[in-house]
Amino acid sequence: MTDRPRLAVIGAGPAGLAATLAAAAAGVRVALVDSAPEAGGQFYRQPAPGLGARRPQALHHGWRTWRRLREGLGRQITAGRVTHLTDHHVWYVERHSAGFTVHALLGPLQEDGVTVDADAVVLATGGYEKVLPFPGWTLPGVVTAGGAQALLKGGLVLPGRTAVVAGTGPLLLPVATGLAAAGAHVAALVESADPKALVRRSRALASLPVKLAEGAGYAARLLRHRVPVLARHTVVEAHGDERLDAVTVAALDAEGRVRPGTRRRIACDTLAVGHGMLPHTDLAATLGCRLDGVAVRVDDEQRTDVPGVWAAGEATGIGGADLALAEGHIAGRSAAARLTGRQPDPRTWAGAARSRAALRGFFAALDSVYAPPAHWAEQLTDDTLICRCEEVPVHAVRTAVGELGAGDVRTVKLLTRAGMGWCQGRMCGPAVAALTGCPQTPARTPFARPVPLGVLAGQAPDTQTGPPPPDNPPDGKDPHDD
Amino acid sequence: MRGERNMNPLKLTDARPGPAFTVTLDGREITALPGQTVAAALWAAGVTSWRGTRGAGRPRGVFCGIGVCFDCLVSLNGRPNQRACLVPVRPGDAIRTQEGTGHDD
Repeated sequence: MTDRPRLAVIGAGPAGLAATLAAAAAGVRVALVDSAPEAGGQFYRQPAPGLGARRPQALHHGWRTWRRLREGLGRQITAGRVTHLTDHHVWYVERHSAGFTVHALLGPLQEDGVTVDADAVVLATGGYEKVLPFPGWTLPGVVTAGGAQALLKGGLVLPGRTAVVAGTGPLLLPVATGLAAAGAHVAALVESADPKALVRRSRALASLPVKLAEGAGYAARLLRHRVPVLARHTVVEAHGDERLDAVTVAALDAEGRVRPGTRRRIACDTLAVGHGMLPHTDLAATLGCRLDGVAVRVDDEQRTDVPGVWAAGEATGIGGADLALAEGHIAGRSAAARLTGRQPDPRTWAGAARSRAALRGFFAALDSVYAPPAHWAEQLTDDTLICRCEEVPVHAVRTAVGELGAGDVRTVKLLTRAGMGWCQGRMCGPAVAALTGCPQTPARTPFARPVPLGVLAGQAPDTQTGPPPPDNPPDGKDPHDD
Repeated sequence: MRGERNMNPLKLTDARPGPAFTVTLDGREITALPGQTVAAALWAAGVTSWRGTRGAGRPRGVFCGIGVCFDCLVSLNGRPNQRACLVPVRPGDAIRTQEGTGHDD
């Protein structure tokens, strides 16, 4: 153990990699802790080495940036400044008087626990996909858009031969073009957003020409692969007995309701569906970090309001890989400076700060365009399952709200078990909140993933729990006291 | 278009996988490639469901694909509740459809 301070970065996607490289370059030791067998996160997910892909970039965007990150990581590992802890599924970050202890389960079986000590933490935990329910959404063959992409990028497999890509949001474009390029017949890209809304926000969107070019690139690829685009449309039902064999799509009116007489059936064996992304905030929430809505709140240096804890990337609000890179870089620079007793100089990350401001503006504009249909819940039948884990039908939630007077998600959960299963409400949370008439809040769980009882029981009795003394932050100073 | 007729993900990425090997799903032999997850190997074999839900016994397979939703739980070499989308497949693996909690049989 050397005297140099140690930073734990949780997550090896764009934000975590950028934070790791920035902090290591500034002389701080970094433990990069990640659940995957290899760096990259979801965005830069690579085919497993055993698959011997010689041209993985065919499924990727931003390949040059990825190569720069990967080579930088390799150099820092060789130099001994970065330890890359793969297959580490972090379930809890503990704050105590001596700093932080990161608790992880070793994957993939996740039965044995390990700990990593650090003086400060960067949370780069990324996000996951939001999917609103519709009749038939539990049929095998219905997958999240990101899930279809993960299996394609990581496992080099297609779920079937004929796919429909549906929902809303910028993720649908790379998923549709990726599936088509890999040989799937993409029967339709069904987007509920109104293209006219994009035009209305064109000034905000045009502030980033690079992003416009990216959008044009996708449009060209959709044309080249002859993917029919159904804008202002939605999937109203997935059909099949033991597995998906078709979907029914329909046009939406200006209010976001299904237009009568526009339903039509499209045969397919795969539906890749998504309605945007949600930040992973479990670790931040258990550390006591303040959240803004569903995202971790950070300041200009990417610091949370808990001393010694930074956050970057999707965890602080959905904005894509480029924003994650900028935020991660700033977090790494700031953390390294403060850990070595220096006052961070924002001029050293001025470029990243400019990117961050522009990209946040761009994604705020996109967010106002890409929204699920306002009246999506009208398509739910009483027997549509809203909670996939506990098999809770829509009528149970409607009864809890309408007849039993439940006015919040927690009461609905207690009355119906919606959100009580394996995923801890991550999948059904947005829909349950909507049917309950509540704003969406992050799923609050004591641990970020299921933990074997043996691992919990094995926590040493002297392991400190609970909040540390407030006057003794791990980096020896109050980060808000500038 | 009817897809790129002769295209597939391995061809697109110019992949030269290591030697294929055999695993079983409920006793039936399936060919898998090194590095694939259990879910990817089953998908490649045309299998999309490998769990019956605890309540209605309905079929489930991959949904989120990144370890969040737990829909893809499977029994692997006698251990129930493994997430097929995370666990790499290994030669000789005995994969079994998981019924209910996976502890019933």
